[in-house]
Amino acid sequence: MSATAHGHVDRSDEFLERAFRELLIERGVLTQAEVDARVELMYAREGAAFGQRVVARAWIDDAFRTRLLGDASSAVRELGIEIGALKLVVVENTPQIHNLIVCTLCSCYPRMLLGMAPDWYKSVGYRSRAVREPRALLAEFGLVLDPKRTLRVHDSTADMRYLVLPLRPAGTDGWAEAALALLVTRDSMIGVAEVVAPA
Amino acid sequence: MTPRFAPGTHVRVAEGEPSGHVRTPYYIRGRHGIVERVCGAFRNPEELAYGRRDGPPVPLYRVRFVQSDVWPDYGGRPGDTLDVELYEHWLEEVTP
Repeated sequence: MSATAHGHVDRSDEFLERAFRELLIERGVLTQAEVDARVELMYAREGAAFGQRVVARAWIDDAFRTRLLGDASSAVRELGIEIGALKLVVVENTPQIHNLIVCTLCSCYPRMLLGMAPDWYKSVGYRSRAVREPRALLAEFGLVLDPKRTLRVHDSTADMRYLVLPLRPAGTDGWAEAALALLVTRDSMIGVAEVVAPA
Repeated sequence: MTPRFAPGTHVRVAEGEPSGHVRTPYYIRGRHGIVERVCGAFRNPEELAYGRRDGPPVPLYRVRFVQSDVWPDYGGRPGDTLDVELYEHWLEEVTP
């Protein structure tokens, strides 16, 4: 859905989705119950809670972090998080490197860990500028990247889904895993923000 | 299908404009990069999109490109990179 120049809301996507869904049901490809179950499953993920748990565990457990960076899908399953057939790649921010995730072709996103994608992630502006002028884009998100840090952009063009492991903020030594998880934002796991500790 | 390219191999992305469900972005066609990792083998989306599920799985790679090679006027840091997932039939080995 997008606002038009006249201030109206263009609902054509919604009508198209409904028409397509009803046709699939009418032709017996899907049932309404299957559609409802899938929508429920996605909403039940409560936003980015699973992603937050993964990041917090990686911050406090070096062996887990190593496994996560080597084979992210297996490491996430260790935490009892059901991710289906998701092929996950976790990329680690360091003092020298920052990572940013985009899908220029459509809107591939690790929904199993982050919940529904924000509208901006699917916008043409984000999808094109994340590869073309990522530093200017990040600055508009309020993240002015140190010019000495390398920026790695990851375009999810095929079967992998990506999650950024953000830097653990200073001043959080000794924090419990659950408290750390609450600091981790969805945006930091896409790479458009860093995690900050409360002042 | 055994992957033809190991991590570190220099590759070039094919040009060309086949129609259909192609997952190779236009901006990366014809560019040179280095294989970062082999992601496994997956059904070819160019076939899958038409319901053809009997083809062999195709090796998929993450290829790392230097931003200034992709965009000659790139304004960021010289070492900035762009990783793209590409299927083997889009790649050919080149001499660095």
